[in-house]
Amino acid sequence: MSDSMFNVLWLQSGGCGGCSMSLLNAESPDLYSTFKQAGINMLWHPSLSEKSNAEFIELLQQIIDDEIRLDALCLEGSVMRGPNGTGGFHILAGTAKPMMEWLKVLSTKARHVMAIGSCAAFGGITAAGNNLVEACGLQYEGDKPGGLLEPDWRSAAGMPVINVSGCPTHPNWVTETIIQLALEDFTVDDMDDLQRPRSYTDHLVHHGCPRNEFYEFKASAEKPSDLGCMMENLGCLGTQAHADCNTRLWNGSGSCVRGGYPCIKCTSPDFEEPGHSFFETPKVAGIPVGLPIDMPKAWFVALASLAKAATPQRLKDNAVIDHIKDRMPL
Amino acid sequence: MSRRVLGPFNRVEGDLEVQVEIEDGVVAEAWVNSPLFRGFEQILQGKDPRDAMVYTPRICGICSVSQSVAAATALAQAQGLEATSNGQLATNLILAAENMADHLSHFYLFFMPDFARECYQQHSWYADTHARFAAQTGSSAPEMLRARAELLHITGILAGKWPHSLSIQPGGTTRAIESQERIRLLMIVSNFGAFLESKLFGGALEAVAELQSEADLSAWISRYPDCDFSRFLKIAERLELQRLGCSKPIFMSYGAYQYGASHLFKRGIWNQTFQQLDTALITEDITHSWMRAQTEPRHPFDGSTIPYYDEDSNAYSWCKAPRFDGQVVEVGALARQVINGHPLIKSLVKTGGGNVRNRVIARLLELALLVPEMKQWCRELKPKQPFCSHAAVPAAAQGIGLVEAARGSLGHWLRIRNGNILNYQIIAPTTWNFSPRDQRNVPGVLEQALLGTPVGKDGSDSVAIQHVVRSFDPCMVCTVH
Repeated sequence: MSDSMFNVLWLQSGGCGGCSMSLLNAESPDLYSTFKQAGINMLWHPSLSEKSNAEFIELLQQIIDDEIRLDALCLEGSVMRGPNGTGGFHILAGTAKPMMEWLKVLSTKARHVMAIGSCAAFGGITAAGNNLVEACGLQYEGDKPGGLLEPDWRSAAGMPVINVSGCPTHPNWVTETIIQLALEDFTVDDMDDLQRPRSYTDHLVHHGCPRNEFYEFKASAEKPSDLGCMMENLGCLGTQAHADCNTRLWNGSGSCVRGGYPCIKCTSPDFEEPGHSFFETPKVAGIPVGLPIDMPKAWFVALASLAKAATPQRLKDNAVIDHIKDRMPL
Repeated sequence: MSRRVLGPFNRVEGDLEVQVEIEDGVVAEAWVNSPLFRGFEQILQGKDPRDAMVYTPRICGICSVSQSVAAATALAQAQGLEATSNGQLATNLILAAENMADHLSHFYLFFMPDFARECYQQHSWYADTHARFAAQTGSSAPEMLRARAELLHITGILAGKWPHSLSIQPGGTTRAIESQERIRLLMIVSNFGAFLESKLFGGALEAVAELQSEADLSAWISRYPDCDFSRFLKIAERLELQRLGCSKPIFMSYGAYQYGASHLFKRGIWNQTFQQLDTALITEDITHSWMRAQTEPRHPFDGSTIPYYDEDSNAYSWCKAPRFDGQVVEVGALARQVINGHPLIKSLVKTGGGNVRNRVIARLLELALLVPEMKQWCRELKPKQPFCSHAAVPAAAQGIGLVEAARGSLGHWLRIRNGNILNYQIIAPTTWNFSPRDQRNVPGVLEQALLGTPVGKDGSDSVAIQHVVRSFDPCMVCTVH
């Protein structure tokens, strides 16, 4: 069976398992039906497979011995290099060997290597604070190329690590990228400068934001749960965040901003340490420090002051309350 | 007698290693190790207290909402803030959706596939079990995944997404809903209830909630032989799962689904009888953990988490050993329901204590109990009324956040100084259940429950060990964090 199918091995290291849990949210069709229809064979996944303990370690050995072809190695969670570069903060259970060492070997066997989630891609949440555990990504450390693997490292298929970043990842970002690889319909041109699939990073979270009218008129939310635009005061980074969350949607009809809270730009390197509270917008002279991607500052300032002067009362009122107060005029 | 190292256990959340000594065909001694350390307590130090709402859910992708609720509760206490009633209801709905998704995943994806293993081929029930529950190929998986994904649409409406939402805040939730959305929530819950009735239980949820005794369970099997619950009960009977993974511990629950000052499932301790819970008696011991800077057990407000790997010490895990009044306690759905006084669970625990069968029954029972409550919460939501209240973060304060995740009691202990986090300590459900030995060398819950597990000719490869481990639905990423 595994000869004609696309064999995927999924490992977890310094992470929370949330990208796997999110993957199970796949719909239309469900995850197993998706894999079945696309010819994806999950050789092993920590939450889903039967094999445990010695049976699993035997499987790893078969891959290393070239008895089983590995089409894609997926890592979820950061690479754990600490303490002092030993990898001891994550020993793969039952093997007395750091996961970091297993990853080095297995990545030489894989046609493709995928970093699932911002931890595996860039270090992510696990690398926050003083990064006591020396967490990094597979081929990045924050926004700097080079993690466990060197910047010029290439997989057997000649590709760098594919960074399906996000915290967590949307199920479709993962399934669609795996299926594109299986169909040999994914090249370096399909990746952005941080090696993320352009299928979702050619968009901004701002695209499709349901608060667009508040944004246009700079009618801003002041406190959590307010309906207004969260960019000015509440730290929302949707205008700078590369992802399609508001056009693809999560769990049926959701997204962070639709849930009433700011986008924290979780697909980006170093999102875990913004340098200020996640819930506040840093400003200089009353103007937010982070402006929308490729928008000239003077233009933004002019537009914002013009928009503010023209804000309808309806938007001013609705921006600072958690349900629509002023009805829409005819 | 030989000591064997088992791992990695999959179909648990995160990384788990167990060492066992086998003597005369049974497990004679066990040591549980969490082989991954990430250091959230260190990450949180010095941060803006509000930012705990971003970091702590990311401790765990499977109990993410529980972590949010614990953090929000601790912060609210520090701020002297009371959540709005809409906020409490919405939080309960989000939390119940996560916990029910976990119960479902545990049963269908993590626990049952072990009975579809080849080693059970000679049993009369094997063919049916294999067809229904085999890992990745069983007929139940796509059905269950669809039901789970649709259930989690509740989070799409109320929490933006799952996991890792920021909608749960100290004062309530950030997503007020309108009345038509309340109807959508009701429809999602109702349809999930219909899935449970048709596939899992075969009969009405009300009837499941009214089960009282072992005899009622036998009657259920006869009446609804083709449902997944009966499939499990029949296997449990044949394999005597009530004799596996036995514990006679003290049970603890922090109380689940707060509304006003009370909980739907009440808070307390069960030590043959019900007792009030005094959280001042909770301590963490590090004598067998790769930790330092603590010479005696400490209350989490005064605790520290400083990793220190030393090959020559007694330590064998990154996990600490939490104790209540110096005692080992078991947490989880079984604990929750015995403390809440459910007649079926009280009767099962009276005769069998904690065991593999009882732990699984308690989780499935909760699915049946929660659906009508969720419908009621949906009806009680008041559109156009506030969902979130607000207060500043004080310069100095402390707070405790206690919540029940699907797999048991989760606590956050937060101290704020100069407006920033001075200390943040977390004790997760599996920290309790899978703790290492303490200063008196008393093993943790799983270490005790594994003793006497018959392993037969398979030795440490015996699937019986896996049944015991998975009956707790361990979440190792929470355990050490």
